[in-house]
Amino acid sequence: MPLHLKLHTQPEVPLEADCICPDIVQSLKNNEITAMTVFHGNRQVELGEFFECNGSFDGEINIDGDLSNIKHVGASMSFGKITVEGNIGLHTGAGMRGGEIIIEGNASDWLAAEMQGGKIVVKGNAGHMTGSGYRGSAIGMQGGEIIVHGNVKNETGHVMRRGLIAVGGDSGDFTGVNMLAGTIIVLGRMGIRTGAGMKRGSIISFNKAKLLPTFSRNCEYQPSFIKFYVSYLEKNGFSIDSSYLNNSFERWSGDSVELNRGEILLSTNKSK
Amino acid sequence: MMKIKSTEIVDTFAEAFKMHGSRIIITAETKEWAMAAAQSVTGFATSVIGCKCEAGIETEIPSEDSPDLRPGVSVLFFAMDSDNLGKRLVERIGQCVMTCPSTACYSGIDEGSEIVVGGQLRYFGDGYQISKKIADKRLWRIPVMDGEFLVDDIFKSKEAVGGGNILILATDQNTALKAAKSAVKAMREIPNIILPFPNGVVRSGSKVGSKYKALIASTNDAYCPTLTSIVEKTEIDADINSVLEIVIDGLTLQAVEEAMHAGIKAAIKPGVKKITAGNYGGGLGQYQIHLHELMKKSQN
Repeated sequence: MPLHLKLHTQPEVPLEADCICPDIVQSLKNNEITAMTVFHGNRQVELGEFFECNGSFDGEINIDGDLSNIKHVGASMSFGKITVEGNIGLHTGAGMRGGEIIIEGNASDWLAAEMQGGKIVVKGNAGHMTGSGYRGSAIGMQGGEIIVHGNVKNETGHVMRRGLIAVGGDSGDFTGVNMLAGTIIVLGRMGIRTGAGMKRGSIISFNKAKLLPTFSRNCEYQPSFIKFYVSYLEKNGFSIDSSYLNNSFERWSGDSVELNRGEILLSTNKSK
Repeated sequence: MMKIKSTEIVDTFAEAFKMHGSRIIITAETKEWAMAAAQSVTGFATSVIGCKCEAGIETEIPSEDSPDLRPGVSVLFFAMDSDNLGKRLVERIGQCVMTCPSTACYSGIDEGSEIVVGGQLRYFGDGYQISKKIADKRLWRIPVMDGEFLVDDIFKSKEAVGGGNILILATDQNTALKAAKSAVKAMREIPNIILPFPNGVVRSGSKVGSKYKALIASTNDAYCPTLTSIVEKTEIDADINSVLEIVIDGLTLQAVEEAMHAGIKAAIKPGVKKITAGNYGGGLGQYQIHLHELMKKSQN
């Protein structure tokens, strides 16, 4: 039976709840969990002031309620599973090293920032800086997978070094900005300045996009690795229109202001 | 004596050996190109005695079940040790799969010791190769003239069984060929095995050693119909004029046994006088597959 946390009082200002993490609760009894310290704004309070706690931890934590004002859930987690039944606030899964977070609603900004491993699935939309590095960090996401069924906002995968970000909807501006390596797949449309400053890595879009002049076109072809990724994502519950499968892609190399070893692959066949 | 219809099943055993095996999956834009690569990569791989490895096509894979949703073919490789198997995979995938238009190549087994294949072939990319890591799997994208060759970094090798066999002793060559063809068809339905010889059948069965010191194997004279009256010991009765052998390599002993059983059943036909198996007295191989026990299992 999973540990069940239910939000009974909506915090007026964001609640920093990085203690909602399998690594921390695994050895605690329910009364110890509700007694854990969280920051409510600049005030230290007990988690129990906002959450009621039932069940017992068996590797999984279920969280109920509108958690838009709850920050840092699952930050640095290394194992187990967290299921969020609604929306979730900033920095969810930041620095995560393993395990899985499933978000049934929307996620706010800095989702999985500087993630190192594990998997996050968002059934709704995610905010700015998804899978990115914090300001001043040279390296962002270093592994793991972020699957967002809806849209993401700006700077998705900023300074990303490794891993996979898959977006079912649109992405905002600066997708993959300063990217070092890794893979970003966007089924919808991308905003402006995609891949600006990228050194290596792959940004794949199933739509056309306006690219920076520092990217140069190589060819149009059908890369088999995209089909491999599509197959993998489908097995993980990310539905992709089967008509995409036979798409050809334009390969653009860039960013030439950097190493010029990055690539943007844009579908040529279909625009949805 | 065990007789099924008019065919005697000789009370003997096939002597099989511990080998190391691996499965690779080749995909391509069409089934024909995947098969072309599979046929090329399994060429000259009938026997470890002369070819350093044994290989064959296991089955075709429909697009929906293949790793990249394109038509595929699975191929099994066997060698006497993991190091040797690794070398053969690198050579053959590099020369026969990477060279074949539109193909990609993936590891087809999850367990076993690691063989670095893509990690060696990537250097062909001359610095333009790209690594992709998904889940715990690393793939290499090597730029080639029709686009990219996608290959797994690591393939796997596991303990396997080689040298399972049956011998079909018939009144004439046509009967032996028909029986062997039926047996091969039935055996190819069994997963995890290959029949490494041409069309699955070998006519030049061998014994260990030779009168010539340089040779480690020579013709199995006891089963040569042209020598019945001049060899020290013959296994051929007066009404037998043709013998064909089917060799089976498998990823598991059970798969080899199932294939032998299916093959024997299918080979039983009028004119097939005996079905037997090759062995070296039990002193060489790690596995003995007794024909009577095999056939009794199906009767029970």
